[in-house]
Amino acid sequence: MLDKLDSSLRFHQEALNLRARRQEVLASNIAHADTPNFKARDIDFKSALSNAVDRTRSNGALPMTGTSPLHLAGSPTSGSADADLMFRTPAQSSIDGNTVEMDVERVNFADNAMRYEVNLTVLSAKIKGMLAAIQQ
Amino acid sequence: MPISNSAMGIFDIAGSAMMAQSQRMNVTASNLANAESVAGPDGEAYRARQVVFEVAAPQGQAIGGVKVARVIEDPSPLRMVYEPKHPLANAEGYVSHSNVNVVEEMVNMISASRSYQANVEVLNTAKTLMLKTLTVGQ
Repeated sequence: MLDKLDSSLRFHQEALNLRARRQEVLASNIAHADTPNFKARDIDFKSALSNAVDRTRSNGALPMTGTSPLHLAGSPTSGSADADLMFRTPAQSSIDGNTVEMDVERVNFADNAMRYEVNLTVLSAKIKGMLAAIQQ
Repeated sequence: MPISNSAMGIFDIAGSAMMAQSQRMNVTASNLANAESVAGPDGEAYRARQVVFEVAAPQGQAIGGVKVARVIEDPSPLRMVYEPKHPLANAEGYVSHSNVNVVEEMVNMISASRSYQANVEVLNTAKTLMLKTLTVGQ
């Protein structure tokens, strides 16, 4: 039963985690607007989210069998957090090798913040719905 | 878990950027204040200073805050002005003034203040999101 509750909220949990992560990446881009040779990074949200959801789905279902205590655990979540970070292609290059474009970053930051809030709202509504069902 | 306390990460990143920008502003203030000085405490005219920013990423991470790697002195030649009556004039009658370019410094100052503002905005947004997150399920 608890497993069902968990799995119904898992998608939102992963989405929120990724949104927070992307927010951090965008904050770092804005922070480095004046750092020479800094390359702006971003996350491809769609593929990162489907990856994360797939990973958590396979996580519980397929534990690795070890025949010796010396075997590695082989945790499927051991992928690096930075693996899905990509470089942004600047529309206008600058002379100091910095690829941060403040307007693009600010728009993305505001957009990401709004989507984070949307996610929170949906999650809240879902929790409220479940509470209502429990109290019936 | 790939992500650990991200919102705190934003506070660290934006905070370090604000600190770096304010140091840049400090250096600009010093440059502007000394734009007209002809001799410093060591007898040499003031040389303009510039800060160099660098990524301060934690071990094994691609993104991180800003740090001021070093403060460099502008190597361009000092401005020589012909003032034979000046007490600090050399044998040919030239006085060495500081090599501060006031226009450049003003541009630097505006750029630093804009970047600072952008980071304040980031911080405020992150704070709002955090507070909203705390009310989930209420």
